[in-house]
Amino acid sequence: MKAKSQVAKISAKAAVVPKISHPIIPLKDRRLNFGAKWDYTPSLEDAKPYPIAPRHELFINGKFIAPAARNYFPSINPATEQPLTEIAEANADDVDRAVKAARRAYDRVWGKMPARERGKYLYRIARIIQEKARELAVLETVDGGKPIKESRDVDLPLVAAHFFYYAGWADKLKYAFPGKTPHPLGVAGQIIPWNFPLLMAAWKIAPALACGNTVVLKPAETTSITALRLATIFQEAGLPDGVVNIVTGAGATGAAIVNHPDINKIAFTGSTEVGKHIAKAVAGSGKKLTLELGGKAANIIFEDASLDQAIEGIIAGIYFNQGHVCCAGSRLLVQEGIYPQVIEKLRDRIQTLRVGNPLDKNTDIGAINSAAQLAKIRELVQSGLDEGAALQQTQCALPAKGYWYPPTFLTGVTHAHRVAQEEIFGPVLSVMTFRTPEEALERANNTPYGLSAGIWTDKGSKIFKMAAKLQAGVIWANCYNKFDPTSPFGGYKESGFGREGGLQGLAAYSRLD
Amino acid sequence: MKTVPGTLATRPAFLALPPASFQRAFATVPTIDQIMTEERAAAFTKRSLKTTAKLAGLKMAVSMCDLTTLEGKDTPGKVAYLCRKALQPIEAKYGVPPCAAVCVYPNLVKPARRFLGDRSPVKIAAVATGFPSGQYPLRTKLEEVRRTVADGADEIDMVIDRGAFLAGEHARMFDEIAATKAACGPAHLKVILETGELVTYDNVRLASEIAMQAGGDFIKTSTGKVSPAATLPVTLVMLEAIRDHFFATGIRIGMKPAGGIRTAKQALAYLVMVKETLGDDWLTPDLFRIGASSLVTDLLMQIVKCAEGNYQAAEYFSLP
Repeated sequence: MKAKSQVAKISAKAAVVPKISHPIIPLKDRRLNFGAKWDYTPSLEDAKPYPIAPRHELFINGKFIAPAARNYFPSINPATEQPLTEIAEANADDVDRAVKAARRAYDRVWGKMPARERGKYLYRIARIIQEKARELAVLETVDGGKPIKESRDVDLPLVAAHFFYYAGWADKLKYAFPGKTPHPLGVAGQIIPWNFPLLMAAWKIAPALACGNTVVLKPAETTSITALRLATIFQEAGLPDGVVNIVTGAGATGAAIVNHPDINKIAFTGSTEVGKHIAKAVAGSGKKLTLELGGKAANIIFEDASLDQAIEGIIAGIYFNQGHVCCAGSRLLVQEGIYPQVIEKLRDRIQTLRVGNPLDKNTDIGAINSAAQLAKIRELVQSGLDEGAALQQTQCALPAKGYWYPPTFLTGVTHAHRVAQEEIFGPVLSVMTFRTPEEALERANNTPYGLSAGIWTDKGSKIFKMAAKLQAGVIWANCYNKFDPTSPFGGYKESGFGREGGLQGLAAYSRLD
Repeated sequence: MKTVPGTLATRPAFLALPPASFQRAFATVPTIDQIMTEERAAAFTKRSLKTTAKLAGLKMAVSMCDLTTLEGKDTPGKVAYLCRKALQPIEAKYGVPPCAAVCVYPNLVKPARRFLGDRSPVKIAAVATGFPSGQYPLRTKLEEVRRTVADGADEIDMVIDRGAFLAGEHARMFDEIAATKAACGPAHLKVILETGELVTYDNVRLASEIAMQAGGDFIKTSTGKVSPAATLPVTLVMLEAIRDHFFATGIRIGMKPAGGIRTAKQALAYLVMVKETLGDDWLTPDLFRIGASSLVTDLLMQIVKCAEGNYQAAEYFSLP
């Protein structure tokens, strides 16, 4: 008792004590100053050791060959607008050659090969990717505009991880689906996008090969270089000729793959618009189809969330890879009570994002992939402004050449705005508020898409309650944009169907009896 | 946001205290998510500092060091040597600024003051309040602080009563800090949370709030006697608390990670974190310090490497 009374006595004294020995900054001047004091000098990753050949041919039947029509198109560096190389344009004849090579390889070699032998090739490919990770990261950055920090620390480790993961499945397939026996499908036609060129190639090729299929892959026309570099890794790994064929080109090349009669499976990652065309073209053909399409994910922040960490999740959700992410958290739903704090913190946080040369190791936001994509982003943001939204952007200077868009968020957005409905596929976030969890749910699901969502709350029960009702293939709780080969990925509704990654990813490339 | 629990034992003291600011600290503090905090902290280590930015960062780090010796076998001679090193860490031609302070036990404040004189650019910091455990009666802690300040300390590095904090007696902890601040008089007060004993980031955030509300001029991670000492995520949580306190009150509180920071590379990561969390205004020894002993030597070795192009052997540098 005595001790307690002493505390009370000191308390009474303490009540008058906290003397202010500091200047008090008036309210209007209370802001953080992210200026040029101790600015970081550029720290460029050296691209010189990795020269890019002036011309890239098609990779068919284990060899690089010229396209039948001898047509080539330029590939440029989006950060400088300088041409990097020219890429062969495959027409229907080239695609036919590739499919024939894949069929031959399937019938004669790969389809008959013992599964453990297939696994060995995949392990070998994974190891070579790790050895050449730096080169591949540099090429990915130069070709696509993404910051070297991301291609080095996210893309390449995941590419290798996917090959390792599916290499492990190759000889264990009969245990993957209890009571059922998986068989390969045959020749898989795969069409991939430009946002994660090498990673998407890995997502498609690794499970297809593990399950015993052969592949005809078409990379996006703006980002073909790393897929073709991957082809040389297949050569180095001694992968039998024709098991993987890479045909480059634009929409017409893709259409030739989709419409080829001797393909058993189409896997497409890209826009919902193209996905719908493919679904129509494939209908009735007997081809198996998986589609991974667009998204307009809701990132939902509740009042009880760990706020500073939620801000990091918002940043990771929308500014990762310049927002060129189908599962980007592009609709921010903030619970009313914390809306002012979230806006203030977000405004401060984006000031520290560094936009510029993607080869600079300190760059957080690289170049927009193409002039067309930049125009689309600008058009959509302008529509938001025309419809009454307010613009918040970083003050950073942008390079004179190349395609750039600063980290942006729009406030005063309603669910009826185009920027709240259409996929922008750029570093632009639309911020909205909600009052109750039910309202958040209703708004989050009020979209034709259903690829991903984020939930931020300190309450576990709320996470489960929300996750059960959100119509999204991937839901991140108190984190965002986390990827792992063991975890299936894919969408609901107009975001597509079928799963890639994990055990479920095997089903997309197998016939189950 | 969560409500801070109070035990029955603290209630009387809690209710005895009227100030509104006090209520704010105790009513709610934000929760901290471990995974995203650690991920964010790790991101700062990825900044790549080269050439002029590296050299400027290294020199700035030296100017923020509290050159520390906290051993039972410390002597006035060792302290004099430390003071000399703090005044001029290396030959003048390298243009390295003096360290911010020397940090010593109370009994060695007088010799330090004798050596440095009254107008030294190097401050004298003394650990007090029953450092490192804090397991002493408040009366003796306050007496220790008063005497140490009278002996010439510019700054007092106090330890909080972790026992009281962990038992939920937050009011008691608040009172002790406030009383220590009063005993400091003109001296600046750094409040050591000993985050290694608080364990969770939620605790670190709450303790930071209380320390700032109660009058601490700086909040400091560790004594250096408990492992883990300073870490990047713990420091990040404290920097975020400082930022929110600034927005709420207009007062800029300082930050001092201490213990375990031994390499120049680590020190630069801390500076990057300060720059990108609190901004340029905190990149000053008035608001950011690093408590260390061997760190300065590594900083100097790197500075000489930047200037001369190659590393010099360790024996060219004075001991920490």
